[in-house]
Amino acid sequence: MASLDLINVEKSFGPNKILHDISINLVHGEFLVLVGPSGCGKSTLMNIIAGLEEPSGGQLKLDGRDITPLAPADRNISMVFQSYALYPNMTVAKNIEFPLAMRKVEKSKRAERVKSVATLLQIEHLLDRKPRQLSGGQRQRVAIGRALAREPQLYLFDEPLSNLDAQLRLDMRTEIKKLHQRLGATIVYVTHDQIEAMTLATRIAVMKGGVLQQLGSPYEVYNKPANTFVAGFMGSPRMNLVKARLAKASDGLALEIKKGERPLVRIPVPSPSSALSAHAGGEVIAGIRAEAVRLAEGAAAGPMERPFDARVEVTEPTGADTLVVLDLGGNEFTVRLEPDVQLKPGQDARFLVDLSKLVCFDTATERLIA
Amino acid sequence: MPEQRSSGIVLQRVFLYAVLLSLALLFLLPVYVMVCNSLKPLDEIRSGNLMALPIEWTIEPWLTAWSTAQIGVQPTGLKPYFYNSFLLVVPAVVISTLIGALNGYILTQFRFRGANALFAAMLFSVFIPFQIVLIPMAKTLGVLGMAGTVKGLIFVNSVYGIGFTTLFFRNYYAAFPQELVRSARIDGADFFGVLFRILLPSSGPIIVVTVIWQFTNIWNEFLFGASFSDFSSFPITVALNNLVNSSTGVKEYNVHFAGAFIAAVPTLIVYLVSGKYFVRGLMAGSVKG
Repeated sequence: MASLDLINVEKSFGPNKILHDISINLVHGEFLVLVGPSGCGKSTLMNIIAGLEEPSGGQLKLDGRDITPLAPADRNISMVFQSYALYPNMTVAKNIEFPLAMRKVEKSKRAERVKSVATLLQIEHLLDRKPRQLSGGQRQRVAIGRALAREPQLYLFDEPLSNLDAQLRLDMRTEIKKLHQRLGATIVYVTHDQIEAMTLATRIAVMKGGVLQQLGSPYEVYNKPANTFVAGFMGSPRMNLVKARLAKASDGLALEIKKGERPLVRIPVPSPSSALSAHAGGEVIAGIRAEAVRLAEGAAAGPMERPFDARVEVTEPTGADTLVVLDLGGNEFTVRLEPDVQLKPGQDARFLVDLSKLVCFDTATERLIA
Repeated sequence: MPEQRSSGIVLQRVFLYAVLLSLALLFLLPVYVMVCNSLKPLDEIRSGNLMALPIEWTIEPWLTAWSTAQIGVQPTGLKPYFYNSFLLVVPAVVISTLIGALNGYILTQFRFRGANALFAAMLFSVFIPFQIVLIPMAKTLGVLGMAGTVKGLIFVNSVYGIGFTTLFFRNYYAAFPQELVRSARIDGADFFGVLFRILLPSSGPIIVVTVIWQFTNIWNEFLFGASFSDFSSFPITVALNNLVNSSTGVKEYNVHFAGAFIAAVPTLIVYLVSGKYFVRGLMAGSVKG
């Protein structure tokens, strides 16, 4: 196991820049998830780490050793592919053994490794089968087993769950997390699924258009998104992003939200940060998570909670809770409420918003005002 | 409604089978004539109807064609030349197939500058008529010291086959999952490791196609055989030609028929044994491109 340093990694195809100056440092045992919409460069970055593509600039270090000029085989890295990439002509045992055989590991040692990996992943009964005789989940396990067999310094996972059905995906997600905890391995994992990113990562790198948007813990990325893209991309339902005027009020500042015909909604902001105060009188983009809002009815407001009125447009019960789409001063605004909430479309109601969860973005740069 | 439709389908089927059957009979007619007349004494052929079954059955013409018929000046029958053809075809097929696989692997897995132009050039070689290369090839064989030998024919046929075999393997490997190759590279397989451990073991269908294609072409090839071989190294096609042309006095049609059939037997067997893989392999290569 080892640390991984990406230093100013760049990639361009002719005039097209695919990756812009990516720098990420991982310490031993970290689980980094590269996440972003398709075409954001996350797979290219992973291929560069694997050595399957050459960077146009920058350097890669694995455990302090410069691996930039090394061939994939010489990097001591294993990779699990989206399609599993099991060799169709070999049995499961031969598949797991393959990276060891290629490295001329002794036969008895190989058999021992295959056995221990198979036990760990509970695939002992499949060892004599061919990949085509396996189900998706079993193939996934074998692919992971093949990666484990060699005990590399770094594991790469390229969207390993996206070919599985929904239930299996959840199970395998938990398995991968368990495996990470048990092995303490350094892992880089690519996905376009932000929930996978949140649940698995110790750190998340959000990418868009070849640019690293934010690198941080799941908590940071979720609660302090670096810009409106990250705010909108991470979390389901997405964070509400509403243009508001930041007005001076008696006890500090207030957000004034109005768009179109609807009456203005005014939400006081208690104890604003100095950075936010600097925007007083101007416009900002206010970001509020769906779960930062609750129904005011009969509840005492907390110290950071402030009320506002809005009209109910749609209610969407999901079972565990009910998503309610509000009209907030002319803006669509989704809130997550109790499952048994009694609200009718068209009804006006009063809500409480927890302003300790408020994040504001600059309207021009769309960056977090912090 | 359903009954009407099903009777329509039955009628369609009957028509279809009638057409197919009559076409099959038409194509089989020459085979019938060959086999039937090769089993007759010469008198019966000369006096009778080509289509009639033999009155007196005999395998004498087959034995003559195989071991005693006059080929040029030697009364050796087709036997030694049949053997020559095998000595020629087997190595030529193996060599051209392996080189085709290697080319296909390189052209698809290493996207180097000019790969497509190179492939186009190799594809072009498929369309070069044999006659054009006769003189340069004769010169080349002379320089290599392989003129008039089976080795020389192996060389010529291998070189000529590479265009086709490259085309087959390149298209097959273009549809081969890239991730498998990438995975093998990360797992530590080197250049030939990927080819021999990953690509070739998964290439069954296209290997069958290539082998059938090359086997039939080289077995039936006449021009190179006639141009670049001498009495000791004639392939079967040239020997058959000589058999037919070197009869003294009477034309022994029954022997000629038997000889022609003997020359065709290996390709027939190859088709019968692996014909279904041939079609399957062509499909596998072409579905995803």
